[in-house]
Amino acid sequence: MGSARLYLAVAVGGFRRYASYRAATAAGVFTNTVFGLILVYTYLALWEERPGLGGYDQAQAVTYVWLGQCLYATLAIQGGGAEKDLMDRIRTGEIAVDLYRPADLQLWWLAGDVGRALFQMVGRGVVPFLVGWLFFPMALPGEAGLWAAFAVTLLLAAVVSFAIRYLAALSVFWLMDGMGVSQVLMILGVFCSGMVLPLNAFPGAFGDVVRWLPWAAQIQVPADVLMGETAVPGAFAFQAGWAVVLLGLGRLVQSAATRRVVVQGG
Amino acid sequence: MLVEGVRAYGLIAGMWLRAGMTYRASFAATLVGNLVMTGLDFVAILLMFSQVDSLGGWSLPEVALLYGLSVTSFGIADLVLGSMDVLGARMRDGSFDTLLVRPAPVLAQVGADRFAPRRLGRIVQGAVVLGWALVSVDVDWSVPKVLLVPVMVVSGAAIFSAVFVAGAAFQIFAQDAAEVQNAFTYGGTTLLQYPPSVFGKDLVRGATFLVPLAFVNWVPVCHLLGRPYPVGLPPWVSFASPLVAVACCVPAGLAWRAALRAYRSTGS
Repeated sequence: MGSARLYLAVAVGGFRRYASYRAATAAGVFTNTVFGLILVYTYLALWEERPGLGGYDQAQAVTYVWLGQCLYATLAIQGGGAEKDLMDRIRTGEIAVDLYRPADLQLWWLAGDVGRALFQMVGRGVVPFLVGWLFFPMALPGEAGLWAAFAVTLLLAAVVSFAIRYLAALSVFWLMDGMGVSQVLMILGVFCSGMVLPLNAFPGAFGDVVRWLPWAAQIQVPADVLMGETAVPGAFAFQAGWAVVLLGLGRLVQSAATRRVVVQGG
Repeated sequence: MLVEGVRAYGLIAGMWLRAGMTYRASFAATLVGNLVMTGLDFVAILLMFSQVDSLGGWSLPEVALLYGLSVTSFGIADLVLGSMDVLGARMRDGSFDTLLVRPAPVLAQVGADRFAPRRLGRIVQGAVVLGWALVSVDVDWSVPKVLLVPVMVVSGAAIFSAVFVAGAAFQIFAQDAAEVQNAFTYGGTTLLQYPPSVFGKDLVRGATFLVPLAFVNWVPVCHLLGRPYPVGLPPWVSFASPLVAVACCVPAGLAWRAALRAYRSTGS
């Protein structure tokens, strides 16, 4: 019970840390709204040309766009959440302090990142989504059950997102510099999560592969759950499966890394 | 003043270039990374065209022409002035003050700050797409039309540079709002990758008269392809991009000067 309170406190800390940058948050809301506007029009043109592409109608494509803008910072699709701090701490050696704490390293960072995600969702994600809802026809469900399932799927998406970035950050134990990894993370995140185009609309076998990768758990699955395009238990299983696999892998790598850690400096 | 600025810019950029080149493998990797990352936008367009034959009535080579022009001209501005988005961080940690006391134009110093040759990646992939588009697009080429292509790239780079400078001035007033600038810079280049016919009339009007990004490619390309521009404009404006570029740079420069005068250090 005591440790649950500890991780809750870490999560609250993550939330409050990001909440303190008000101007940056407002600017982010503006940017996500502008990008949402641009994307909405291109998607509308695309779905005008190919109605029913990827199993979506126009209203669903619009919903997908604004959901993507809402989740962009929330799930750190481009990176820039806990993994950035963790990479810095590994590089500078401050990680030794984290390892010394009587807390689990992975859970500690997961808690902080979930706190960050929650703030980015409330502070930065909701407004662009509401703007989209006000000005464009969206396909939102009426039943409370789907919204509840959507909330669960978002939490699972946040965990999968963290698990991927945590693994990437741990690589710095060996690489000493996170720049290249961050870049790969950014490219894979933007492309494979369906930020550029819904994964449903990816053609052929390529689409099939991308839809099975863990990044699909981040925007595509929550979008499909919200719009009733997929069976909820299957979606949960897909996300939870990846979460377990990636978090487990993270623990393996973590134990390998911490056994060889040599803190630099005097 | 101008010569002095260019000289200072060259010196600082050269220093960062040498610093970056110390780690050659890292430089090569980040260059490729930049190329792939910025090229994802074109992959998105290709994916769209794997499902349809035209977007907003425009074919793939025509959209590629828009894309190539938008990305190449933005890439040049981004290479020259892209570091300006760290201005907010510099003001917060106080290191901006150091730039103010140095005997060199501040704009040159801020622009060349952390000059990153990896940004060539965007220009390279934009230019490749532009080259492919120019040979595949169906245009009745004439001398003025051929000349229009380099004029577009240069004017476009100048227009985007003005946006960067105006954004930097805004950052000095707003302290911590680098992202607002992103909406106009990265958002602008994304907007211009798609045909104007795709967007709502009000958005096109805004991008034509308010923030005249349309003169980077939309307006002149509509002339090249013989397509009507969604917002009625007199025919001569197809060649007006250089004038628009000047008309953007002057107020952006003035805004920068005003911002520098209004700057208050964090004073810690």
